[in-house]
Amino acid sequence: MTQLGFFVDLSKCTGCKTCQVACKDKNNLEVGRNFRRVSEYAGGSWKEVHGAWQQDVFAYYVSIACNHCAKPACVEVCPKGALAKRADNGLVLIDQQKCIGCRDCEDACPYDAPQYNRAIRRMTKCDGCIDRISAGAQPSCVDACPQRAIEFGDVAELRRQHGSLAAVAPLADAATTLPSLVLKPSRNSRPVGDTRGTVYPPKAE
Amino acid sequence: MSEKTLPCADHGEYSMVEHLERQGVSRREFMTACSVMTATMTLPALLRSGGAEAAETAAGKAAAGAAGAGETTAWSSCVVNCGSRCPLKVVVKDGQVIRIEPENTGVDSCGTPHVRACVRGRSMRLRLYSEERLKTPMKRVGARGEGKFERISWDEAFDTIAAALKKTIDQYGNDAIYYQYGSGTYQLVAGRAPNFRLLNLLGGYLDQYGTYSSAQIREAMPYTYGSGGNGSYMTEVANAKLYLSFGNSPLNTRQSGGGKGYEWQCAKDAGGVRTILVDPMYTDSMLGKEDEWVPIRPGTDAALCEGIAYVLITENKVDQAFLDTYCVGYDEKTLPAGAPPKSDYKNYILGHGADKLAKTPAWASQITGVPVSTIVRLAHLIGDTKPLFVSQGYGVQRQANGEQSVRAIAMLPILTGNIGLPGTNTGAREGDVELGAVGLPVGKNSVKAVLPFFLWTDAIARGTEMTAKRDGIRGVDKLKAPIKFMWNYAGNVLANQHSDLNRTDAILRDEKKCEFVLVIENQMTPSARYADILLPDLMAQENFDYAADGYASGTGSFLVALQQAVKPRYEEKSSYEICRGIAKRFGLEEKFTEGRTQEQWVEWCYNETRKKNPELPDFAQFQKQGIAKMYGKGKANIALEGFRKDPVKNKLGTPSGKIEIYSARLAKIAAEWELPPGDVISPLPQYVTTWESHLDAKAAKYPLQLYGLHGHGRTHSTYHNVAWLRELHPDAVLINPVDAEKRKLKTGDAVRVFNDRGTVLLPARVTPRIMPGVVAIPQGAWYKPNGKGVDEGGCINTLTSHRPSPLAKANPQHTNLVDVAKA
Repeated sequence: MTQLGFFVDLSKCTGCKTCQVACKDKNNLEVGRNFRRVSEYAGGSWKEVHGAWQQDVFAYYVSIACNHCAKPACVEVCPKGALAKRADNGLVLIDQQKCIGCRDCEDACPYDAPQYNRAIRRMTKCDGCIDRISAGAQPSCVDACPQRAIEFGDVAELRRQHGSLAAVAPLADAATTLPSLVLKPSRNSRPVGDTRGTVYPPKAE
Repeated sequence: MSEKTLPCADHGEYSMVEHLERQGVSRREFMTACSVMTATMTLPALLRSGGAEAAETAAGKAAAGAAGAGETTAWSSCVVNCGSRCPLKVVVKDGQVIRIEPENTGVDSCGTPHVRACVRGRSMRLRLYSEERLKTPMKRVGARGEGKFERISWDEAFDTIAAALKKTIDQYGNDAIYYQYGSGTYQLVAGRAPNFRLLNLLGGYLDQYGTYSSAQIREAMPYTYGSGGNGSYMTEVANAKLYLSFGNSPLNTRQSGGGKGYEWQCAKDAGGVRTILVDPMYTDSMLGKEDEWVPIRPGTDAALCEGIAYVLITENKVDQAFLDTYCVGYDEKTLPAGAPPKSDYKNYILGHGADKLAKTPAWASQITGVPVSTIVRLAHLIGDTKPLFVSQGYGVQRQANGEQSVRAIAMLPILTGNIGLPGTNTGAREGDVELGAVGLPVGKNSVKAVLPFFLWTDAIARGTEMTAKRDGIRGVDKLKAPIKFMWNYAGNVLANQHSDLNRTDAILRDEKKCEFVLVIENQMTPSARYADILLPDLMAQENFDYAADGYASGTGSFLVALQQAVKPRYEEKSSYEICRGIAKRFGLEEKFTEGRTQEQWVEWCYNETRKKNPELPDFAQFQKQGIAKMYGKGKANIALEGFRKDPVKNKLGTPSGKIEIYSARLAKIAAEWELPPGDVISPLPQYVTTWESHLDAKAAKYPLQLYGLHGHGRTHSTYHNVAWLRELHPDAVLINPVDAEKRKLKTGDAVRVFNDRGTVLLPARVTPRIMPGVVAIPQGAWYKPNGKGVDEGGCINTLTSHRPSPLAKANPQHTNLVDVAKA
């Protein structure tokens, strides 16, 4: 089976969120619903020495959609079997006729990929722009990135090109769901579990 | 914005297949697509990264991917004032824009990039269909500024405007008509040009010089170099060994995927260049892309440069031969005749000049907050690394001492001889290739007086007191009349982007002062609220026109057709049609149109542009393509290359023909102009401690320096009313944990940011990315006074000062002292 996935070059990402807006535009996503999400992770401290400032500040962004995981927590937890991995390309899709809007998948996913649509009381999420890729185009977020920081394709090929890193702080440990995600770290990137930084915007409770 | 305002967000309950059908993929196509996927398994070649072939394929296929059943695509552009004018492919279905797709013609490479629109352009659909769109002509019915309007006909609007213009001209003369600075719409025929054309036909108007963006650098740099503020192209950074830039965040302010920000990334990717960025904030151009961040207190860049200069001079790291041959005033032997003894740069830095103060790294450190060891290390790097590319953003000069900082930064490449050679720059902002695209001819302005752009509120309140030597009036010694008629097109300066908005509000509200305010806009902006007559303009996606790449696109050039993707929904008219209507009231319609329609003018202008750029296709083909991209139009990659090769044959535009470190012209101005206490104009660039710097006595009451930052989510104030952008780039005051802790603030707390000029309400964003002692607010949020002296809109200009800078009489909008407290 081919497994499709995203590659994100964190060393290029500027946090501009064009990927997010292109996705919202394509999928008609209202405020609050984001199939792709960009978070800032920043930290470091300041010290005044003889009237001047010393610091070790770091910051970077992480852009994440659905990682179409090899071991998707959403699929495991869905009581109605509405979430399933496609056999041919590994995309995790929702059958909204089966979905009952219980939001268990939202709680289970460590990446916040399932996004609840209040209007239809069903779960929605990134489908890898299956319509676009079927027509030979790229997902909207990939086409949109002004820095050319996002790629999409056979994750095995992406790993051959870019390595196997699939998690940095503040993301979950990749062992949890085996995300079909490849990351190129920024010089600032911190390992999973790092506590020196904070996430912005803060995660809604 | 709630879901109801999304024109296409009508999700009912439906399945994936239905979802795709709504996206334009039929059920059968979907099934076929699935089987194709199964059969071929691997995705097409386009999914492989890199390579011209892959990019070419992607370009072709993406168009196919974008088009669904019943969808058509028209070309348009984001014509706001970020400088890029990114082309947009506007996807339309049933007469509604349903999506924006990026420009993806030709091969995508560093040298020939797809001009990918940024987050703003991609949200255009929401701006087009915003609740704030103006629909019909309106007249004011409440007090001015109150925002109460009543619908009127176009005839009544034209009659009223014509009567007010006539009255103004008869009573005060054309000098009393002011065309307000406004940069919201850069398209070539039906943008600003018809307004100028009409006003010139009526006998002229009071014009301005300078801009809120770059007035100080454009004013000051010519005293050093004889010409303006543009340096070597960004692509030249690839040939440098060290890139040192001040207050410059190309990936914020030049964030188009086909502009200078991307060129910068490409230049860095080419390897070889070490990047050092000096800035009060750890910006989005850093994030590990930099080799070193040098945090610095706002307004102190000149002091850092002088501390560096001290090391360069005392350790003999200056290029003495270059300074002797190409420059005036480095040391006593090249001072111009008439300059006082020891008034040269070297004596000034070493402490032998008039102020007897050595500009040591220790001195500079106390002012800038940069450690002594860092200053010394920077000086060594600057002195020992060639080629050195020094540049600056515009933030440096939007200060009370901006003109000084601009020239002080230029001293680093001058002292080290990194001028006019591959991989070098003058210290100015990186340059841009100009295409020379032709717009609607505007005619000649018969009014001689020209106002510094920043002093229009003064010109309303005390116009006839304003003189050349006190207020920088040009063309005449003294203004003949105060501003009585305000013409405001596609701009939000009036009550948002100008400084000290509470003061501005009071001046504008007085109908005895400025007697008539005309606003032509496409959104109900804060400025629109002050209109006496308010007219609805088209947006570019509803207009027929063409646009050229702006000043931020770097070495690439393009023209893009504005193809009227959708028809206007209400009674909006283009600026061309509006001005034609007013011209008719004066019997000037024939002269205004010259017998051409707007469409015919677009073709005429395009053909004029084509005469200068013969490689362009004919007009019909241009319309078919929608876009024409050109590369290699630029001829001056390296600033001052000719001068460096032969300084005798290629003299600079300064009086001496050389680089004037000491400017006799500035010495003359300093002697002759009337300046308020504290304002300094000096022949040498020098650090000046100003009002509302961190060293001002006022800092005891307001201990935090405030400046405005250019975030990703707005171009100045444009796009403020786009819900997606406010969601993803929320407004907040950025404050360091050190300062937040003292005030017991945490991220998300509602806070007041305040000084003697006003108070704004904002959430706090506590972040180590901003330097201690400094706070920043993303500029451009819409002013929303609550009637109790508090701006609930979070507009920084509630807090900024209207006191102009000494030389350019320009906006020091980053020079502010404030405090922050829990609301």
